[in-house]
Amino acid sequence: MIKTINLSKNFNGTTAVDRLTLEINSGEVFGFLGPNGAGKTTTVRMLTSLIAPSAGTAEVAGFRVGEADQQIRRHVGILTEAPGLYERLSAERNLQIYARLYEVPEVDGQVERYLRLLGLWERRKDAAGTFSKGMKQKLSIARALLHEPRVLFLDEPTAGLDPEAAKLVRDFVAELRKQGRTIFLCTHNLDEAERLCDRIAVFNQKLLSVDTPSGLRRQIYGRQIVFHLADSPEPYVSAIASLNYVKKVEAIDNKLLLSLDDPERYNPDLIRQLVSAGANIQFVGELRHSLEDIYLQLVGHV
Amino acid sequence: MYKVQTIILKEWSEVFKNRLVFFSVAFLPLLFIALPVITTLATGDIGAGGPEFEEEFPAADVLCQNLEAAVCVEVYFLNLYGFMFMILPVAIPVTIAAYSIVGEKTTRSLEPLLATPITTTELLAGKALAAIIPAIAATWISFGIFVIAMYFLVSNTAFQYLLDPLWILAIFVVGPLLTLLAVTIAIMISSRVSDPRVAEQISMLIILPIVLGVVGQSVGLLLIDRQFVLLVALVVLIIDVALVYVGIQAFERETILTRWK
Ligand SMILES: Nc1ncnc2c1ncn2[C@@H]1O[C@H](COP(=O)(O)OP(=O)(O)OP(=O)(O)O)[C@@H](O)[C@H]1O
Ligand SMILES: [Mg+2]
Repeated sequence: MIKTINLSKNFNGTTAVDRLTLEINSGEVFGFLGPNGAGKTTTVRMLTSLIAPSAGTAEVAGFRVGEADQQIRRHVGILTEAPGLYERLSAERNLQIYARLYEVPEVDGQVERYLRLLGLWERRKDAAGTFSKGMKQKLSIARALLHEPRVLFLDEPTAGLDPEAAKLVRDFVAELRKQGRTIFLCTHNLDEAERLCDRIAVFNQKLLSVDTPSGLRRQIYGRQIVFHLADSPEPYVSAIASLNYVKKVEAIDNKLLLSLDDPERYNPDLIRQLVSAGANIQFVGELRHSLEDIYLQLVGHV
Repeated sequence: MYKVQTIILKEWSEVFKNRLVFFSVAFLPLLFIALPVITTLATGDIGAGGPEFEEEFPAADVLCQNLEAAVCVEVYFLNLYGFMFMILPVAIPVTIAAYSIVGEKTTRSLEPLLATPITTTELLAGKALAAIIPAIAATWISFGIFVIAMYFLVSNTAFQYLLDPLWILAIFVVGPLLTLLAVTIAIMISSRVSDPRVAEQISMLIILPIVLGVVGQSVGLLLIDRQFVLLVALVVLIIDVALVYVGIQAFERETILTRWK
């Protein structure tokens, strides 16, 4: 649905996006993670035909950026970083204007549909300027969906929202995902990325890594299993380390921390070995690194 | 055309909600109608001039040719007040365009707008027409009211002067051409500043030549006759064509998005 090859953007001398190569499948929710100034918004602007790439190629919804820009604009929806609503105009009027610009055939019906869907129908006559931040965000999302785009770009949809409003927006994104839309989601919120996205790209000028959330964990840390013992694990370390499927062993307090590739397969054997060696196992679990650790690892090592 | 119309209607519903804009668009035409009417009514004569009139105003000589003194005074003032209406085609669109462009920048609504399948030409046409239409309408309507009022207030001989092709040319040709010029310049300036008042004031400088013309005539430096108006029309037309061409060439999405900040 979205495909880029060496997509780059320079702003008079400074590189904002450096040779980005990506492929995003139809129906996928793709997280685009990166620190401030990483070039996320710049990437979204190139993919929505708002600014021209300096180099490289991109294809969105089957259309080439730079060649079929009007077609791209017709087939993608965008939630820009700033809501950019007409604050003096009513919510309804804001959407009507966009429905017309997006060539929606049945303007009033479609506007009503999305106002109701996002819970703004009762407030449709009120000026958008009187809305709370969360309501403005919902109105902007409605605006991005009026023409039923196949691909949706969301640039930090929950930035600056309180937890409740953020949850509403997130639930709505989850709903859109069920409808099979392709979503490109820029975010700083790792928890959000983890919960919503099929795959995540960590990006800072360059693409640092792309994988599923669990794939990213494995990529950086491998899989780690913790055994909580009733007593000191020291006596078992050397025996465990000699097992060929164990990559690494560490003893911390009364915990034994192992790195191995396929714990589902080897854990039963490990448990047997430990028990027969006399260990008193209290708990066994997998150590899950937060996405934050992974992100900081990736972004910090540029 | 459908999208251009959408933009025009959007601009109107936004910009006229701004009291300052509404006031300046409505106020100037009213002032220009009220001024001659009130002076005439107050003095019983449009130009309450005396016998010294011709010495004070050298231009009156050329203007009046062989009219009698009282009529000449009337013609002189009709000329002066009439040309004031040429300020409207510039002042009104500049205010509207300045607020509509700068407003778009402060609400940051350009980016979602440019993401829609509207062409930049449609967008610029919409913005320009949103300023041009009210300006031309206000100029024509107020000038019409002025003409009707003068029919009742000045002598018939003097009134004939207002029906001269010179006025038709000035109001119906030069007026719209000046409006287009003012709008193009206002859009260019507004896209580079962040305060609508600054954009308005800079763009208003286009009024200066008009005011100079009116003043120049009243002190006898030049005579605004048919040839002169025709010449002005031609010059403004050429500048218009050049500016619109350059404008459309220069405005592409990326420049609008990154420069209109
Ligand atoms: N129009 C422009 N002209 C010059 N430089 C620009 C322009 N737009 C963006 N940049 C630069 O490109 C870099 C990337 O900016 P961008 O807005 O894409 O980052 P971002 O990842 O969206 O950041 P944030 O998380 O703060 O939104 C920044 O260094 C920015 O200063
Ligand atoms: Mg950004």
